[in-house]
Amino acid sequence: MTDATPALSPPSSPRLTPAFVIGATLVGLHVIVGLITLFWAPYDPTAMTGGRLAPPSLAHWAGTDRLGRDLFTEIMVGARIALAVGIGAVAIAATIGVTIGLLAAFASRTVDDVLAATLDILIAFPTLLLAMLIVAASDGASLGTAILAIGIAASSIVARLTRILARRVLAMDYITAARVSGTGWLGIVRIHVLPNIWPTLIVNLALQFGLAVIAEASLSYLGLGAPPPNASWGRLLQEAQATVYTAPFGAVAPGIALVSLVIGLNLFADGLRDVADPTRRRR
Amino acid sequence: MSLIDLAAVSFAYGRSRKVLHDIDLRIEAGRNLGIVGESGSGKTTILRLLLGLARPTSGRIAFRGEPLDPRDRLFMRGFRRSVQAVFQDPYSSLDPRQKVADIIAEPLRSLNVDTDIDAAVAEALASVDLPSGAAGRYPHEFSGGQRQRIAIARAIVSQPELVLADEVVSALDLTTRIRIVDLLKSLSERTTLVLVSHDIGFVALLCQDLVILEKGRIVEQGSARNILSAPKHPYTQRLLESTPRLPDFT
Amino acid sequence: MADLLNIENLTIHHARQPLVSGVSLSLAAGERVGLIGESGSGKSLTALAAIGLLPEGMTASGSVLLAGQQVIGAAERDIVGFRGTAVATIFQEPLTALDPLMRIGDQIAEVLRRRARRDGRSVSRADVANEVLALMARVALPDPTRLARAYPHEMSGGQRQRAAIAMALASRPSLLIADEPTTALDVTTQAEVLKLLETLVREENMGLLFISHDLPVVGAAVDRVLVLRAGELVEEGQIAEVFGRPRHPYTQGLVEAARAFDHAIGAAL
Repeated sequence: MTDATPALSPPSSPRLTPAFVIGATLVGLHVIVGLITLFWAPYDPTAMTGGRLAPPSLAHWAGTDRLGRDLFTEIMVGARIALAVGIGAVAIAATIGVTIGLLAAFASRTVDDVLAATLDILIAFPTLLLAMLIVAASDGASLGTAILAIGIAASSIVARLTRILARRVLAMDYITAARVSGTGWLGIVRIHVLPNIWPTLIVNLALQFGLAVIAEASLSYLGLGAPPPNASWGRLLQEAQATVYTAPFGAVAPGIALVSLVIGLNLFADGLRDVADPTRRRR
Repeated sequence: MSLIDLAAVSFAYGRSRKVLHDIDLRIEAGRNLGIVGESGSGKTTILRLLLGLARPTSGRIAFRGEPLDPRDRLFMRGFRRSVQAVFQDPYSSLDPRQKVADIIAEPLRSLNVDTDIDAAVAEALASVDLPSGAAGRYPHEFSGGQRQRIAIARAIVSQPELVLADEVVSALDLTTRIRIVDLLKSLSERTTLVLVSHDIGFVALLCQDLVILEKGRIVEQGSARNILSAPKHPYTQRLLESTPRLPDFT
Repeated sequence: MADLLNIENLTIHHARQPLVSGVSLSLAAGERVGLIGESGSGKSLTALAAIGLLPEGMTASGSVLLAGQQVIGAAERDIVGFRGTAVATIFQEPLTALDPLMRIGDQIAEVLRRRARRDGRSVSRADVANEVLALMARVALPDPTRLARAYPHEMSGGQRQRAAIAMALASRPSLLIADEPTTALDVTTQAEVLKLLETLVREENMGLLFISHDLPVVGAAVDRVLVLRAGELVEEGQIAEVFGRPRHPYTQGLVEAARAFDHAIGAAL
């Protein structure tokens, strides 16, 4: 009961939940596959390697598409594209979103109101509409425009979250204590605000990653994503649409890949919440 | 020597909500001052003014005779090093993501104090009776009383002349409270304390001088002994009468 | 006369950890009993167990007779039936007891109507309205007609606590449990609310179970006191006994600490 002796219990270690382990495994698998395709793939993803719409076999694990290309190879390459778009879009969203969110949190009332209203308007825009506008404004659909469009769309969500989280931190007494200690605004952001909003932010970014993967598949499905011969999962799904009754594996295989990555990212995000924040491990 | 002087200071939020009226008060080195008031008395606003976190709507605030100007960086650095603070809530006043050593060292780092930081942190921890092993731990591993000790260590690490304490024992249990009072008493041998509190009993334990605030005005000020033995203002009298105390059974 | 509340050998566990162990207390009509303890002493849990409202995951054993009825092990729907008449509770923060979106008068009226339904009486709107105003006057709320139309956020902390007390009174309880009812209030307001509680308990001949960490406040509010520490009863007796000649070292420490603050402002004012 004496307050002068701290109970020197050993520091608690991160608790790895089953959800986190499954999520990390699924995501890790996709990352490994994506990396492998940089050096090696079972077949040339653009080459005709067998009969058209062949069912799965030992030679073609996921069968072939209507041009006779090996579907498994295309799905492997698709993982690379999905991850590249996810990483790129999340990086853009994090950079723009966190910056604007912090500015809004620190800004005067009027500036904050204007920024908050702008963010609300941007969030109301569907990602696809935004992507079409960006594609229209640029030379044409490419991997780059897809990343940019998804990144900008997600940044408004990240900005709004950052603003709310940062405001909450700024209201704490330890911020006043920091000001009394002579810490400037940049120092307060670096030492206090970012470390405290990071656990929640990183979870949201992981969820945004999953949404970006879906958005990229949707854009490609509509022909607004990476153009052929890029083997995006969305394009594979779109191509399989016409033959979905005769050769269902053409849709099932990329579908499984897409769903497993998104589920993996969501489970990973959930588990991250506990791992990233030591203060949540108290009880 | 006077450390901080407030002359005819008023403060208002926006145009109309005036929370402080014509405050004159002087903080002298070596004489602990208690600022006593209930909710709405303006005591928190006075604290923010004394810390240079807010500027008065009218009137003058001086630190060692020089006007307190938050825009004067060099001046403010000296001021921050000399004037530190401890806050009410030991939970929200320590950054949960920082180790105790970094929390305590923040004033030294931010003010570029040229000193051995590890040694200064260890000394501050010793001054508040915490083991040196506390430095590598996080705030959530400590009890409320221990956290308040950490906050006090942060406030004294830059060896300030003045420490402002805002309701520092209100959130603590009685037995912890009395230990923090003992700690503050030993600290007041090397630094001047300003205690802002609603609890006149706590303030009276540590302060030579008192200021009684009611609705943004000073209704009575002077030596603690005089005010406690012969309160002049009706509000001070009511405050003293209302303060519950144990009946004498002996 | 039967006890309003009779707790025997109450033990509360959470995840196999005992939080309260072997606490016994009894309280008759007109009696004022205090529960003193610091944070983690189990004083609030004891009160919650007394009214069958322990948080999820906690289990109680022993015996709790509230108005003669066993609370421990009883189904919530059986307790609801008699809890309303037997006991009313006021807490440290009146805002948690008040509905932020409902006018104060309507909230008190709701309790009155519930009581009428329970007793099988029918009451007119005018009767209820009059009784609301009477109750508000009873707890010394200024200008009841105006304040009855106010929302909780439009009132001061002291007024909110008075309103919460009015609501507690509206159900005509035989036992009032007050958990740190003045801790969030200013000193001058605290003195007024304590005085009000004393008057009400005396005039209505209610039992009062007063829970607080603050010795002088408890000393002003009750006749008999129990001191809890880490879930265990360390001392009990009349106020004069416990505060005048504390036997247990823990109580001695508490009394000594409280006296230190008293002495600072001059004990004999």
